[in-house]
Amino acid sequence: MPPAPTLDEFQREFAAALFGEATSAGAQALAAQPGFAVYRNTVLRGCIDALTDNHPTVATLVGREWFDAAADRFVRTHLPRDGRLVAYGEGFAEFLDALAPETELAYLGGVARLDRAWTEAHLAADAPVLAAASLAALSPRELLDTVLVPHPAARWVTSPDLPIFTIWRRHREQAALDAELDWHGEGGLLTRPGAAVAWQALESGAATFLDECAQGRPFGVAAERAFPAGSAVGIDVCLPALVAAGAFTRLELPPP
Amino acid sequence: MHALTAGLGLKAEHFQEALSCRAPGLWFEVHAENYRVAGGPRLAWLEAVRAAHPLSLHGVSLSLAGAEPPDAATLAGLAALVRRVEPTLVSEHLAWSRRGPHYLPDLLPFPRSDEALVTICAHVAQVQDALGRPIALENPSHYLTIEGHAWGEIDFLAEIARRTGCSLLLDINNVYVSARNTGLSAEGYVDAFPADPVVEIHLAGHRADPLLGERLLIDSHDAPVAPSVWALFERFVARAGARPTLIERDAELPQFAELLAERDRAHERLAAVVAAS
Repeated sequence: MPPAPTLDEFQREFAAALFGEATSAGAQALAAQPGFAVYRNTVLRGCIDALTDNHPTVATLVGREWFDAAADRFVRTHLPRDGRLVAYGEGFAEFLDALAPETELAYLGGVARLDRAWTEAHLAADAPVLAAASLAALSPRELLDTVLVPHPAARWVTSPDLPIFTIWRRHREQAALDAELDWHGEGGLLTRPGAAVAWQALESGAATFLDECAQGRPFGVAAERAFPAGSAVGIDVCLPALVAAGAFTRLELPPP
Repeated sequence: MHALTAGLGLKAEHFQEALSCRAPGLWFEVHAENYRVAGGPRLAWLEAVRAAHPLSLHGVSLSLAGAEPPDAATLAGLAALVRRVEPTLVSEHLAWSRRGPHYLPDLLPFPRSDEALVTICAHVAQVQDALGRPIALENPSHYLTIEGHAWGEIDFLAEIARRTGCSLLLDINNVYVSARNTGLSAEGYVDAFPADPVVEIHLAGHRADPLLGERLLIDSHDAPVAPSVWALFERFVARAGARPTLIERDAELPQFAELLAERDRAHERLAAVVAAS
């Protein structure tokens, strides 16, 4: 008889057996009992169900069978790192991007990013939404040096060449599902100005502006980088829309 | 006598009805993991329910029987949630679910060795220190016959309770499922379970395995409480007295009223036990 495994040894082999990789005779014998399949199914099904719940748009687009097969592959290489399965799925969009050559569904990764953005916006910390009046109170000089801090629930996703936001939004809103798509790049902004997550289309300059704000750059620098001379849309149009959507939480004024 | 009688596992689908329900003695239990988040509507729902009813936090991911100590960030998050909603009860399982950086979403078994006892007691103590209060430890469902147990489950749980001051949560459906799957007597288990440390009882539905049938019962929480489980419940409370008792349903959710009727049955049974004592 080999010595009894330590708790650590037992659990290492048990975990390996869940994925058919046990090497010890003891773990292989356990895995051969009919009841072992319950653990194997519960672990795998728990992950796949969470991934499905957290990516409802992707799941609708590809159907149950395809989603389950892709999720099964994802789960085996990206096990959850946290008991909060409501937030499971980090990396799923990149995983779908890598599948794009075989699926010919190049937009799936972008749609998954928007599903993920919804989850992150839904679970993010509470914070006040920056009021337009706070901005209006600044002089033009003060505004240039002020950092607009993105709201903790604000998320933005863009694609350079695919209409990911239109596809995602039509499924979320169950509207115009059969309408023609205009195949160009676009982005979406998700915010949580009240109790619920809200979304709207996001122009690429506005997305760059938000990226710059998230890096802590003052308004003047962020606006110049996001809207270089000759841009079709200017910061004057974009800023009021972002503020109204609840994209910012507060102003960080430069030190006096 | 305990102030709580019978409660219900709360699902987001039933939030509005749960909030407005005024059934006497009603309390709710949620999985801590679903609310251990930074903010947003989930926490707002939970706080609204908490303002109207007593609340119990039930954890499924602390991995107390894991070889590794509970994850520090997870524990800090749970402590913050406990401070925020001030639950009446906090509970976890005699099981493990974490291996290195990975969470395996199930309640996994292990040999109940002396080493496991010492390890689990240290983890329970660590959790109780972090939360500043005792937790209740639940007996899990079993699907395997594991070699090398140095302890029976009841003695093991009782010893953990003795060493750490934790309480116990007796899941009677788990007793029934485990007894059937491993060839033990459910009545014998319920009769031998120490009454004093028990602060909560769980009742739930189970289901026969789709392939193996009645030879393997699954703790599925997707059906009403079975008559055999009700009988074991009555047997335990007749001996031990009333305890806060939860009806759990995690899948195939029926209407709220149907769950409330199951809860009312437990409530009436507990009231009768109290009246007779």
